[in-house]
Amino acid sequence: MFKRIMVPVVLQHVDRMERTLRVAADLACEYQASITYVAVAGKVPSAIASTPEKFAAELDLFAREQGDQAGIRTASLAVLSNDPGADLEARLLEAVKSTDSDLVVMGSHPPGVADALHLIGSHSAWLVRHTDVSVFVVR
Amino acid sequence: MVRKKAGLVRSREKRVGKEHVGDEQLIAELEEVYETDYEIGQDNVERLGLDMHNPVFFVSAGLIILFVLMSLLFPDAAKSGLEATKAWIQVTFDWIFLSAGNVFVLFCLALIVLPVGRIRIGGDDARPDFSLMSWFAMLFAAGIGIGLMFWGVAEPAGYYTDWYGTPLGIEAFTDQARAAALGATMYHWGLHPWAIYAVVALALAFFSYNKGLPLTIRSTFYPLLGDRIWGPAGNVIDVLAVLATIFGLATSLGFGAQQASAGLGFIFDISDGLTTQMVIIGCVTGAALISVLRGIDGGVKLLSNVNMLLALLLLLFVIFAGSLSSFVVNYGETLTGYANYILPLSSPINRSDDTFYHEWTIFYWAWWISWSPFVGMFIARVSRGRTVRQFLTAVLVVPTLVTTIWMAAFGGSGLDQIEQGVGQLADGIGDEALVLFQLLENLPLSAISSVLGICLVLVFFVTSSDSGSLVIDSITSGGKTDAPVTQRIFWATMQGVIAAVLLSIGGSAALDALQAGAVSTGLPFTFVLLAMCVSLALGLRHEHRLNQAVQS
Repeated sequence: MFKRIMVPVVLQHVDRMERTLRVAADLACEYQASITYVAVAGKVPSAIASTPEKFAAELDLFAREQGDQAGIRTASLAVLSNDPGADLEARLLEAVKSTDSDLVVMGSHPPGVADALHLIGSHSAWLVRHTDVSVFVVR
Repeated sequence: MVRKKAGLVRSREKRVGKEHVGDEQLIAELEEVYETDYEIGQDNVERLGLDMHNPVFFVSAGLIILFVLMSLLFPDAAKSGLEATKAWIQVTFDWIFLSAGNVFVLFCLALIVLPVGRIRIGGDDARPDFSLMSWFAMLFAAGIGIGLMFWGVAEPAGYYTDWYGTPLGIEAFTDQARAAALGATMYHWGLHPWAIYAVVALALAFFSYNKGLPLTIRSTFYPLLGDRIWGPAGNVIDVLAVLATIFGLATSLGFGAQQASAGLGFIFDISDGLTTQMVIIGCVTGAALISVLRGIDGGVKLLSNVNMLLALLLLLFVIFAGSLSSFVVNYGETLTGYANYILPLSSPINRSDDTFYHEWTIFYWAWWISWSPFVGMFIARVSRGRTVRQFLTAVLVVPTLVTTIWMAAFGGSGLDQIEQGVGQLADGIGDEALVLFQLLENLPLSAISSVLGICLVLVFFVTSSDSGSLVIDSITSGGKTDAPVTQRIFWATMQGVIAAVLLSIGGSAALDALQAGAVSTGLPFTFVLLAMCVSLALGLRHEHRLNQAVQS
């Protein structure tokens, strides 16, 4: 049913993404699909890495670890952006196309006060509205 | 934390793998200097999906509210207090400002010719994020562009007619005064301001992109203060930078709204009042919000490119609509005036032109320096992938040359009109905001060129507000650039709200007060910037040694 699954990740917060990662891995096993972990990064240093090259290496390491744990085929895609704060959603949409994924599995918080505060709303809701592939939102 | 260390270890193995064993120890020793246990974002508070540095965000926000309230409740006391502070600073520390400005220019010129000029911002493999044209355009986005629009005609005209002092006390309306007017204006808008911005921008870009420190002002002091920059000292520097930026921007927006409203009144016969000013602030802030939401590429870069084309159009128009031959003469005069007067004007000794020296030069220097965290950080953000030499040449020399053309065209035409007794300019400067439009009125097609002028002014305001929000957000989120864009919306809105509230309740007195406060931060920042030069020199030398060790 699905051949290529894309999982957007925030490397700083992988500890909060356990359920999302497990759902994605289970689906990949079930359909014998591969997973591409996608992360959008700016070019300034972050808690994860001091340069974009090191960031990509960290993401690659993460993808391989996930693959070894679940016994699935995994890949990684580090998307660089001049302005990750504003570009995140557009870059994710491009990644869906460039990885040719047919399913996106991503985490999201339940709607609440914060969504009223953020005029722009949640990233997963935006992606659902702007892509024609299936999106699995994990809470 | 574990991941980060793993990354560091891997990169070092890769680096060490290339050269022979003897240098391994030296490289390890050198790399250790910049290894900090600080994790970017570790002091941040994440609530409601926001991501803010504690205490920088909260202290800045609190102080902003406090200052705005004080200047609204006691506008006259705040005005006299802060303006007295500003005046005292300008008179007492005049020689410090002037000498520091000279130091920054010499420092930048030295870095261009020294071997450290080869260092590439972001490492040897980094490639520029923006094309050369977009990059140049964005250099003017964060504040200088708007100034060139307003002062390009008014400043030389002011010096020539002794509107408010003349450079070196030269007698007004003489041939000598003409060359001095163009030369002194170039002195204020040439190498010196760009050197001030270049020092801050290069320091921020270097310590962030090459040394892995967060993109915030405090990081530039790592070689001097070490891990202490993460404590109170760093917090003070960052909060001061935020306050200088937001008050500088908000008061500029307030005064800018008054000036744009006067301009609109001049062109379109719209009533120049508080309502028009509020509409302008609302429109500029609204446009800035859209630009913020579109990000750097779709927002400020796009607008800067548009503005560069509009400015070029207006420039060519003024050159050809005036007369090409007088432009050539004026251009020669601007260059020779700049060359002849740069040394006497930058000497703090035996000055007899008190009004010009303090009210113009020192005011500008304090102003440039207080804006340097803002402009510097924005330039740093877009300058990855250039070498130090390219960076300084492009930030120091190219804008100065562009400005000579601008001043020769606009300032020169203004002086021509005064000499020939054409139009309102010949009667002297009444309202400095209208001078540009008075000039255009006496050239052909003034209906089109004036609209073009007002559009340029407004779009420059939008790019200032957008880039300012970007910078403040980066500082108040501890150097992160992936914080939710909601925070940038907050800062852009704050600028508009502060400008509108001050203008409508406190009037010009409240704006004057806060602007004096913002300019006063120029004094502490002068010392901060001088220390930054030392710090940057140490950092660059370290990087140079590291590169040599790796290559040998």
